[in-house]
Amino acid sequence: MKVTQLTVFLENRSGRLAEVTDMLGAAGVNIRGFSTTEAAEYGIVRLIVTDPEKARQILHDAGFTTHFSHVICVAVPDEPGGLARVLDELAAQNISVDYLYSISFQNICFAVRDIDRAVDLLKDKVQLLSDEEVRAL
Amino acid sequence: MSGTLTPDKAGGLMWQAEAEQLPVKELGELQMARLRTTLKLAHDNIPFYHKTFDEAGVQCDTIDCHGDVADLPFTTKIDLRDHYPFGMFARPRDAVVRVHASSGTTGNPTVVGYTRDDISLWCDLIARTLAAGGVKPGDMLQNAYGYGLFTGGLGLHYGAERLGCTVLPISGGNTDRQLKLMRDFGVTALSCTPSYALHLGEAARDRGLRPDDLPIRVGFHGAEPWTNEMRAQIEEGLGIDALDIYGLSEMGGPGVAYECLCKAGMHVNEDHYMVEIVDPESLEPLPEGEVGELVFTTLSRQAQPLIRYRTRDLCSLIYEPCDCGRTSARMTKPIGRTDDMLIIRGVNVFPSQIEEVLMGIPNIEPHYQIVVDRKGYLDVVEVWIEVGEDIFAETMGALERFERMVQARLYSVLNIQVAVKLKEPKAIQRSEGKAVRVVDKRPK
Repeated sequence: MKVTQLTVFLENRSGRLAEVTDMLGAAGVNIRGFSTTEAAEYGIVRLIVTDPEKARQILHDAGFTTHFSHVICVAVPDEPGGLARVLDELAAQNISVDYLYSISFQNICFAVRDIDRAVDLLKDKVQLLSDEEVRAL
Repeated sequence: MSGTLTPDKAGGLMWQAEAEQLPVKELGELQMARLRTTLKLAHDNIPFYHKTFDEAGVQCDTIDCHGDVADLPFTTKIDLRDHYPFGMFARPRDAVVRVHASSGTTGNPTVVGYTRDDISLWCDLIARTLAAGGVKPGDMLQNAYGYGLFTGGLGLHYGAERLGCTVLPISGGNTDRQLKLMRDFGVTALSCTPSYALHLGEAARDRGLRPDDLPIRVGFHGAEPWTNEMRAQIEEGLGIDALDIYGLSEMGGPGVAYECLCKAGMHVNEDHYMVEIVDPESLEPLPEGEVGELVFTTLSRQAQPLIRYRTRDLCSLIYEPCDCGRTSARMTKPIGRTDDMLIIRGVNVFPSQIEEVLMGIPNIEPHYQIVVDRKGYLDVVEVWIEVGEDIFAETMGALERFERMVQARLYSVLNIQVAVKLKEPKAIQRSEGKAVRVVDKRPK
């Protein structure tokens, strides 16, 4: 129950992110969620898309450096303490979270150090989404 | 002259053991005696030297210590070009039995002439070079240097024959035939450029040949700058000891300096070439260990003696005795040319040093560019690195760690702060498909 995440290396130049989103849009690839992080001169864009393979091919052909990785997509209950419960579970087992971002109001992606243990830990406690389920949101 | 093979202490052989192990004091005396003869030969027979010596007040017969050498005028490649083709010959044309020439990509080629004795001396110096790698009669040398005006091919060829080994004069190219004959003939030694040796190793692997399938034991590689990383790759690829050899056509070609199996610098044939390191700016001699421009004076050549010839190669000298038993000074691998040296805040930086750091990082082969600029009064150096999939990691932390690691490695080699800038693929300009390695934006 892991979700494929596409990561793209971008220099911080105006319009560069738009180029990425334009290309994906033109190819009919829908972005389900994304996050960006950046240093002074470059950044990383993380994308959850409806067709990761196609998206990667398009970006690769356009000369971008890309990377596939897996994250967990958790359906967090929309209530006080909803996110905290998930984080507490991971913390209690010393599974560290590298970063997390929300891909819709209730669905948050977690990049963790030990993804298989985290999946095992969470699968009976919270609702985990599959690639297909994420795409169908 | 000729030689007899004697073991050295590094697993190789000496061809002229007496000369190769001459005590330093005697070597110095021999050099001074030969230098006086050479100066007189040059002064009396070459109008260029007649003029420059007289202008500098050089007294050929009173030079008797290395300090006096610093008063002698330099010779440059421009001087050779100005006296094209035969104006730098000290012997009549009919005493010159061979002429080689360097590629003249800019202007006239550089011409070098040899008397019969010069050729014979050259053979012995190459025999020393090959013997130091353990080559002896019975060995077969595959000589994949180009034959022709270039000194590498014929130089290695006749030297190997002088030593008494069998020469396979295959010249460069046709990799399949190289590998086939190497196996079929039981070739034990190889001479070629380091890049071709690397290529042969890769080609052997691509054809399913393991180093053990090839009987070759030792390689002699020069005529191009190469690093110790490349040495490791060549040695692994072909299963050999890869030795560096140094020469330049102006000095007669290969045979000026060679490595023994200690692989700790190249032994200069000091009984025939006097070597100095000078500051490329002030031209003052530099002490042992300091990097500067390599300067040679021929001590035995008859057709074309050259006095304090500036090679433009940058390296340092090691005078400490070598474990192999030879007493000669050793030169380090040239780290660059005076032509491409960058002076950053007063520190000499060579693009090759930066390349070596980047190539030394495991598992990556970065496209890079060195960008030098001036901000206010300060020179700043940036190393731009394209982030390919070999470098790209999925977290900012990993990219930042990579930047810091490269910066730290560069600092430890260059002793100046260099900013590493990560760039998208193809961000670095290429000229006809070749990456432009250095961009100097400083106002001239």
